[in-house]
Amino acid sequence: MNLIVSKRHFSEKVVELVVEAPLIAKSRRAGHFVIVRADEHGERIPLTIADSDVEKGTITLVVQAVGVSSTKICGKEPGEYLHDVVGPLGQATHIKNYGTVVCCGGGVGVAPLLPIIRAMKAAGNRVVSVLAGRTKDLIILEDEVRASSDEVVIMTDDGSYGTKGLVTAGVESVINREKVDLVVTIGPAIMMKFVALLTKKYEVPTMCSLNTIMVDGTGMCGACRVTVGGKTKFVCIDGPEFDAHQVDFEEMMMRLHSYDDEKK
Amino acid sequence: MDEKEILSAHRAEPWREELRKAKSAKERTQQPRVKMRELSPDYRVTCNEEVNQGLTVEMAVAEAGRCLDCPDPQCVTGCPVGIEIPTFIKNVERGNFREAALTIKRTSALPAVCGRVCPQEKQCESKCIHKKMKKEPVAIGYLERFVADYERENGEPGVPEVAAPNGIKVAVVGSGPAGLAFCGDMAKLGYDVTVFEALHEIGGVLKYGIPEFRLPNKIVDVEIDGLRRLGVKFETNCIVGKTLSYDDLHEMGFRGIFVASGAGLPRFMNIPGENLIGVMSSNEYLTRVNLMEAAKSESDTPVLHGKNVAVIGGGNTAMDSVRTARRNGADNVMLVYRRSEEEMPARLEEVKHAKEEGIHFMTLNNPVEYLGNEKGHVTAMRVQRMELGEPDASGRRSPVPIEGAIDEIPVDLVIVSVGVSPNPLIPNAIPELEVSRRGTIVVSEDTMRSSLDDIYAGGDIVRGGATVILAMGDGRRAAANMHEALSQA
Repeated sequence: MNLIVSKRHFSEKVVELVVEAPLIAKSRRAGHFVIVRADEHGERIPLTIADSDVEKGTITLVVQAVGVSSTKICGKEPGEYLHDVVGPLGQATHIKNYGTVVCCGGGVGVAPLLPIIRAMKAAGNRVVSVLAGRTKDLIILEDEVRASSDEVVIMTDDGSYGTKGLVTAGVESVINREKVDLVVTIGPAIMMKFVALLTKKYEVPTMCSLNTIMVDGTGMCGACRVTVGGKTKFVCIDGPEFDAHQVDFEEMMMRLHSYDDEKK
Repeated sequence: MDEKEILSAHRAEPWREELRKAKSAKERTQQPRVKMRELSPDYRVTCNEEVNQGLTVEMAVAEAGRCLDCPDPQCVTGCPVGIEIPTFIKNVERGNFREAALTIKRTSALPAVCGRVCPQEKQCESKCIHKKMKKEPVAIGYLERFVADYERENGEPGVPEVAAPNGIKVAVVGSGPAGLAFCGDMAKLGYDVTVFEALHEIGGVLKYGIPEFRLPNKIVDVEIDGLRRLGVKFETNCIVGKTLSYDDLHEMGFRGIFVASGAGLPRFMNIPGENLIGVMSSNEYLTRVNLMEAAKSESDTPVLHGKNVAVIGGGNTAMDSVRTARRNGADNVMLVYRRSEEEMPARLEEVKHAKEEGIHFMTLNNPVEYLGNEKGHVTAMRVQRMELGEPDASGRRSPVPIEGAIDEIPVDLVIVSVGVSPNPLIPNAIPELEVSRRGTIVVSEDTMRSSLDDIYAGGDIVRGGATVILAMGDGRRAAANMHEALSQA
């Protein structure tokens, strides 16, 4: 049982929870995720760790209410508990000085991107962050991102904030104006797919972080399998980060709908 | 005294001699083997109730009377944990069930589990003297289960003798059969034992893998409670190698570590269409149904309900999967296996039960491709018919494709149950640990000690894929050897 210490609403459906998990807070690195179960009947779902505080023994999760389980978790209040939190899982992000790194995140994808932005900055990279959302209210964690980025580009679909346009337009404008050594993209699968198509055209190495269906999160079930470079990989133990140019996004998006007809 | 001397000494006790004389050997061998009481196939496929209903007191006492109480009992040599089989059986025959239970518990941490899931026909019962006389062996497995169930259902369970606490902390990674057997022995020796489990439930494969109709969870929980009474501590949601490192365990004062992290990764066949929706591993299917209770309405976890279900493989996990699919409402459940029934690794009882439940056995067939619709759902499988050729490395006749003999069969759920690979979490987290090319932890066979002095390992992380009882045997051997090493230190 993990106590919820505090809660912040980013938008109607997106909340940030700070949760007690001292061992995970200590051992987690950028790129890691946890598996969470809301209550005794809950599903096991993967959530990426946005931040941690070793001294307070807490981790920060950003959750968007989309299905039964994420809605349950978003409905929890400070003082209540998450039934189970286990991790940190997956491979940590490979952090080094690449040169210039463009970190682009869409929607709640900005939350798992934040620790990578911080680590990339700390490793000496020039970091340009591109944050995208449908509308102004859906741009999250802007101040935190700004604190660790050399430059921030904001893109909204409706033009209510920053530049009107898709995330790809923002990334392309950076690539066109300066040499980019690495792009990191986290967000909806369709967004990552188009970022990957764009950067492939410009031959900029690109890393994405995948959020697939999982049960155990430790390699046991294989629900999370994706095709990367023609080979089947498990997101939970081989990922969650992969070379975005090698990922079969069509298959991944198809598999995200595996349980649509059976959902409760 | 060594094991053999103990057996002889117990056999020489006056009550045993008297009991042997009470019936002639001829009478004992002519009595037919007891039949297990079972739920009818029609009823049991509608629910999750345990199929085997156990023996009554009368049935158990009578069956125990078939045992000849041999002077050199071979059954014991067939038991991976060395249960003193004739002593417990003769105690059943004289009606002293409590003593029978204590006899089993001296060497086995999980009698109610083993009495249910051990492949006795390949172990103890295969060595029974009755077999040499072309008769059916004594039903040792049924009797073991009877004794454990009787004890659980009738009053306080007897707690085996426990040594005074020695204050030495040992850690166990994984709470499956190997880990539980290890911690039972170490707790009895006075160690301060903590078990770290990655999942939210204790029991490992006994909980997520083996279905309720074969091994009810409450049976496993009673065994775990027994270990708690011995002082064993359990930490769920804790992954050694992730949540806690090898160094963390040292800092916490653990002087010995037993790794029993199991067989983690499901194998797939790498054939076209295997990532279609509706094709999944037996681990995923069984975990959803068993651990996450997906078939129950109150559970948030979904599971796919197929009408035409194919399970690929011929082991116990494949049998568990076909029978689970049947209970989840499938109309047509097929077991697709590339060899013939004779080569199937599954227990005979599971094969028999599956057939009674209407599972269609498609032996000598091997899937080569899955076909799907526009939404990516599997709709059909293409299977290659096979015939048996020359024996292969395993000694079994190897299946050879019959050229051109490919059939297309409609399916809407495919469960791939062709084996597992060892869980890579621990080997990845402790690079100094010697690992085989298959990914298993390398241990010395007689001590179960790894290339690192304080790490022992057993079960599927060492064997790659074995049975509950072999895993338990590993756990016991590791406990004995770690105890010896720590006593000398």
